[in-house]
Amino acid sequence: MSATVTPVAINTFREAVRDRVLYNLVLFALIMIGAAILVGEISIGIERLVIINLGLTAISIFGLVMAIFIGVGLVYKEIEKRTLYSLLSKPIRRWEFLVGKYVGLLVTLAANTAFMTLGLAAALFYVGRRFERSDLSILGAIYFILLELALVTALALFFSCFSSPMLSTLYTLAIYIAGVFANELRTIGDFTQNPALLVLTRTLYYLLPNFHNFNAIATAAHGDAIPFSLLWQNTLYAALYVALLLLAAAAVFSRRNLK
Amino acid sequence: MSHPGQTRLLWIAAIGVPLLFVAIATLQRKMDDTTLAHTSDDEELMLTSGSAVRNISLGYDSLVADIYWTRSVQYYGSRAGVPEAKFDLLWPLLDITTALDSKLTIAYRFGAIFLSEPPPAGAGRPDLAIELVKRGIAANPDNWYLNGDLGFLYYWRIGDYPSAAAAYLQGSKKPNAPPWLGMMAARILEKGGSLETSRMIWSQIYESAQDKTVREKAKEMLLGLRAQEDEQQLDGIAEIYKKRFGHFPASASDLQDAGLVRGVPADPAGYPYVFGSNGESSLDPRSPVVIPPKINPAPAASK
Amino acid sequence: MSTPAIEIEGLTMDFPVGFWRKRMRRSLDNLTFQVDEGEVFGFLGPNGAGKTTTMKLLMGLIFPTSGTARVRGRSIQDVAMHREIGYLPEQPYFYDYLTARELLDYYARFSDYSAPERRERVGKFLARVGLAAAADVQLRKFSKGMLQRVGIAQAILHDPPVVILDEPMSGLDPVGRREVRDIIQALKEQGRTVFFSTHILSDAEMLCDRVAVLAGGKLQGVGAPGAVVGIQAPAMEILFEAREGLALPAGLAEHATRIGGRCRVEVPEQDLYGALEQLRGVQARILSVSPVHPTLEEYFFRLVGGPAASRGLEEISR
Repeated sequence: MSATVTPVAINTFREAVRDRVLYNLVLFALIMIGAAILVGEISIGIERLVIINLGLTAISIFGLVMAIFIGVGLVYKEIEKRTLYSLLSKPIRRWEFLVGKYVGLLVTLAANTAFMTLGLAAALFYVGRRFERSDLSILGAIYFILLELALVTALALFFSCFSSPMLSTLYTLAIYIAGVFANELRTIGDFTQNPALLVLTRTLYYLLPNFHNFNAIATAAHGDAIPFSLLWQNTLYAALYVALLLLAAAAVFSRRNLK
Repeated sequence: MSHPGQTRLLWIAAIGVPLLFVAIATLQRKMDDTTLAHTSDDEELMLTSGSAVRNISLGYDSLVADIYWTRSVQYYGSRAGVPEAKFDLLWPLLDITTALDSKLTIAYRFGAIFLSEPPPAGAGRPDLAIELVKRGIAANPDNWYLNGDLGFLYYWRIGDYPSAAAAYLQGSKKPNAPPWLGMMAARILEKGGSLETSRMIWSQIYESAQDKTVREKAKEMLLGLRAQEDEQQLDGIAEIYKKRFGHFPASASDLQDAGLVRGVPADPAGYPYVFGSNGESSLDPRSPVVIPPKINPAPAASK
Repeated sequence: MSTPAIEIEGLTMDFPVGFWRKRMRRSLDNLTFQVDEGEVFGFLGPNGAGKTTTMKLLMGLIFPTSGTARVRGRSIQDVAMHREIGYLPEQPYFYDYLTARELLDYYARFSDYSAPERRERVGKFLARVGLAAAADVQLRKFSKGMLQRVGIAQAILHDPPVVILDEPMSGLDPVGRREVRDIIQALKEQGRTVFFSTHILSDAEMLCDRVAVLAGGKLQGVGAPGAVVGIQAPAMEILFEAREGLALPAGLAEHATRIGGRCRVEVPEQDLYGALEQLRGVQARILSVSPVHPTLEEYFFRLVGGPAASRGLEEISR
């Protein structure tokens, strides 16, 4: 299987790298991190806090933008441009193609995130001249951001299998925002007296991807440790949800008549 | 487009674009000047509840907290010292800041000082300050600084010595708490509102302050307290002078001539103290040092 | 008898049309024929006849409403079977951020070649389709004809026994078309099966062992090019000088065409001598008499001219 998935992944990565839009996004994010240094000057004593907050938020937001922006076109573009025709004439299964595209984009996102993390580390070093043990939680927060991106990419890929980029972006964003507020949704349900509403909100709560789990920016900013249990639980959650989405995407795509 | 036509257009653009920019900048300046004249002090805060802001933040609470913290500091800084200034928005700003990031200790500590500080240097709402700090203690149970701040508030702003002592005592029980917290509790219970206790409290604030504004405030207070102590001492010496010479000293140098003091007694800013007709010493009116107003202890019944 | 290279049996394809997608349009109706191993097989028909649809069905890009197909005995559902097929899609697009070399290398990775083998093959086939000079240019700069050549290269690079080409001549100038014809000829000499669709009927006549004609989703005929058109009775063409004032015999006058000082008339073979007599009777000077081979084109136009075929549509309402 990897003989077919790997070339597709590598090609997807190569496409992303040659797409100049990506460089602009990464540059912008680096500028944000530079700005963080400036902003940190305002309050002495919480420079580090502000830099980490701004840096991690920038990495998260730009990662999301890239994941959605590229993700929604992953399959759609290949169908529209008919590049898929010659590819599928090779001995590759449709689901292998999907997995290859997914892995390719994920690797791209990971590379970009790593690059931006270096920028953040440079900013922190510039301000503090040294690193502390508590800075490890920043790596944990970044790992969680990557898990989040893996989930969002899978969402975007899923929609890309059957709807246009514009609609896919809307759907993916909508689910992302709903997922951020998943906890609130559950609280609303808990407070209501209506049993039907309770069941509905509970069901929605479990169905929607809970993105709040992955937010460790505040924790990293305050230098608190991330509990080990959260690390493996989040990994497992992301892995399960991604598997679910890829499976659904494969199913939808397997019987699709290509125009 | 023909060649000469294209060149002409380029020339027009090269000259016209900068000129237009200058015109725009001039117009903007004019607009700002007129609106500045009409600007009232009112700054608007569109969202006043922490949960509303949290909903907009889309999960990036921590960063938005930093933004609101910056706004709080700027809000205060731009108004501090301005006569007739009002600080109505300070509480909502700090409220939102701490709602978004409950671990941002610096915000609680800032609020403790400047929410409770009477105008024109603060909002004059010790009740809100106390509420804020209590919230901070609840969210950061290991932070004994905040207990110190609570004690300060009870002691300095309200004069509720038993509550103040209780706050310091609670702080002293927290892990890594320094011994002065316990000592402060005991001291307050024992001596109430003595100058020395007050000085200890402000010293602690000065030393532990992370924010520049807070530190300066503490310094101001400490100087004022020292002046107060000096005055107490000088009043005593003036009594001795009167006993010896039959009248009160007219000025600080009189005391020096009489050999009662070494050097001319001057306040921390360098202005010699002046004496009133009844022998009471006071600060030279030109001195920038300010004696903190005396808080009368609250009646024993308190929360 | 060896397994046919391509077997199509009862292949039918309905597409939903209309805003609510309730009506079905039948683009292929019960198609049945086969392509034998080693032959060059032409797939002909007007636009919209269903040729591309058939090929997409064979490649698993779309799924039939009913019917089956097999390539070299293996079902079209079997993706591994694609190892033995090379496919050129109609109007090929490729990843425009890649160079020709990178593209071929990418596709070559799906076959089991070592890296040096791959490199060698890519170079060889780039040269074969005349793209050696443009090998490292990004595909977004390629003309349509160049893209067509890349497409052919990727279809034959892995030496597949069956080559399926959808309009391989389109977008090529006469030189290019000649080159493609040569490639197809070479493939045939290697013993491969070539199944291609085309509009250029003279190419089909030249290259194909057999052809199938599709119109309106239905198979109109299968067989050797000559046989397909040989349904008509052969005719004879008479060229004669047309003097001013020449009165043509009534029966011939309607069928005669005048070109400059000459006239041409076509008559069925059995009427030849009768017509010659008539012309001699009016003292027309005969220039030549030759048989007319009904071309594929004429057959074609006759076919297309027919009411059902030219519509190319048949709606089945649901």
